[in-house]
Amino acid sequence: MFGYAGKVLRINLTEKQIKLEDLDMNLARKYLGGRGLATKIFMDEVDPNVEPLSPENKLIVASGPLTGTTVPTGGRYMVITKAPLTGTIGCSNSGGYFGAELKSAGYDMIIFEGKADSPVYISIEDDKVEIKDASHLWGKLVSEATDELMNKYGQKARVLCIGPAGERLSKIAAIMNDYDRAAGRSGVGAVMGSKNLKAVVVKGSKKAKYADEEETKKVVSDKIKKIRENGITGEGLPTYGTAVLVNIINEHGILPVKNFQKAYSEDADKISGETMTRDILVRRNPCYRCPIACGRWVKLKDGREVGGPEYETLWAFGADCGIYDIDAIAEANFWCNEYGLDTISAGTTIAAAMELYEKGYVKDEEIEEDGYSFKFGDVEAIIGWTKKMGAREGFGDKLAEGSYRLCESYGVPELSMSVKKQELPAYDPRGVQGHGLEYATSNRGGCHVRGYMISPEILGSPEKLDRFTLEGKAEWVKVFQDLTAVIDSLGVCLFTSFALGAQDYVELMNAVSGTDYNVDTLLEAGSRIYTLERLFNIKAGIDPKEDKLPDRLLEEPIPEGPSKGHVHRLSELLPKYYEIRGWGRDGIPTEETLQKLSV
Amino acid sequence: MIKVKLFATFRNGREKEIHFEYYEGITGREIIEKLGIKEEEVAIFIVNGRDKKWDEPIEDEATVSLFPPVGGG
Ligand code: SF4
Repeated sequence: MFGYAGKVLRINLTEKQIKLEDLDMNLARKYLGGRGLATKIFMDEVDPNVEPLSPENKLIVASGPLTGTTVPTGGRYMVITKAPLTGTIGCSNSGGYFGAELKSAGYDMIIFEGKADSPVYISIEDDKVEIKDASHLWGKLVSEATDELMNKYGQKARVLCIGPAGERLSKIAAIMNDYDRAAGRSGVGAVMGSKNLKAVVVKGSKKAKYADEEETKKVVSDKIKKIRENGITGEGLPTYGTAVLVNIINEHGILPVKNFQKAYSEDADKISGETMTRDILVRRNPCYRCPIACGRWVKLKDGREVGGPEYETLWAFGADCGIYDIDAIAEANFWCNEYGLDTISAGTTIAAAMELYEKGYVKDEEIEEDGYSFKFGDVEAIIGWTKKMGAREGFGDKLAEGSYRLCESYGVPELSMSVKKQELPAYDPRGVQGHGLEYATSNRGGCHVRGYMISPEILGSPEKLDRFTLEGKAEWVKVFQDLTAVIDSLGVCLFTSFALGAQDYVELMNAVSGTDYNVDTLLEAGSRIYTLERLFNIKAGIDPKEDKLPDRLLEEPIPEGPSKGHVHRLSELLPKYYEIRGWGRDGIPTEETLQKLSV
Repeated sequence: MIKVKLFATFRNGREKEIHFEYYEGITGREIIEKLGIKEEEVAIFIVNGRDKKWDEPIEDEATVSLFPPVGGG
């Protein structure tokens, strides 16, 4: 058994019971690890109709076979659960150091069941696993709780925890680790909160095991070389972080402005990676064994040095709210990390509230006592509302439910720029047709990292596609989704895929684990995982008719800028996509497909 | 007049926005030559937000945006 630790920790919080189980290696061969394997186990054990915030829902924290090895970026872990925001499979992914540490303590995954009767945290020091009282940590911000646990367990310990947003069951709460890394999306933090589980602290001393150590060394150094030599992973991301996208996306006229009312801004450069690097960057902030180091460490206006905003965050709190003040966005980002909120959903929910206000749905009386406005462009507002949202105070209580439920409560759900109730990220799909198909068919609702079509349609990697045409896009989306499922399941960072292709992952996996995958079988595993997630959603009652985009993006042409005049042509793309996935015209995987993929 | 916007490392030692006198038939290739940028250094070359070939003529009043290989998010 190589790469894998071979062990699963099952913790029943109701019974206060801890069990050690063997990892089912036959399943691991089929579903790889991480995202794939944890989803399979989750589906075998949990009724898809489970209420996400009930004790019957489970929460799996899973590493992949390459997590904690010498493979570059091998620090990832995934959280699998039924998501409170969407009701779909929840599947959030994070970097930092926690995942690698979990592996070196000897576990591939932890399965949490039930609900503790009072707040607890879990401490793991190799074989010693304990459920501990966390009443002194409950209510604490992420940095406070993390500091306290690090003081107790030492600076080598790694901490995963929720903030007040997760405790208060916000549907856009994240699970945080290593202070400022987030398994951000779909409200996974609320599931932890519903179980009264505040944190997991882990310390491990076991070394990764390799099928072929010499071969691994060779393959790893070859891949590091490829990553260093690639313009995106060797130069662009290290120098500017993901924020480098602000100008690129804006120049293409697909940077959503004011809740997707426009798609271009003259002011975008003020919140760009170039500006961040010049004005507030302190240093880079890499994850475990990462030669790319896209993470940022920045200086806030008051002098504090903290984790810096990603591209998505600069946009969500920036252009989407009509704001072009990088200091204010960095501060809002900081508070998201402290309260444990998903920055994309938090920023865009404020943007949606701003449009509700602009259109007269939200009235001044409703927010008077809170002391913040919902005017587009109000810098104080994004910081103030973020804190209120995290604490569920005043109108922040409504914001904490996410934009869909907020807009629905005013009778205008169409003003929520979301798919399957999850907020869309920072690319207007009207000017990137393949990427829009990806949004509509992502298994966890509106999301850009299930199959990042921006890569070929905008960045020209691995080759340049015309962003407005439909030809071949369904095929591309499928391959990207399948490859991404593989990458997430192996436990490496998606950003490696700018420099590496399917064959590279085959070589890494085989060297470490002693398996005999080839490109076809590895991608087939990706397709199997994607189809399995789809099955979960269908069983959970998510109608395939939900494979759609907000009406605005299908009906209203982009009003100005470089993508002026375009709408998204989803209805022309979707049938083709279903067909090549082997799903019926109703969007449901056929028996034949399930058999072929042996799901 | 053609407006050329430079991004990321292309700004090192250059203004971020440069204006060129328009003349009929002016191409992207001629513009980067004037800027001292090599074709292979450019990852994204767009005119008014649209892809263009290096030797295609650029129209008057156009905005040209140039990026080196950059990243994703
Ligand atoms: S590329 Fe960025 S997100 Fe990915 S592992 Fe490296 S630092 Fe972390």
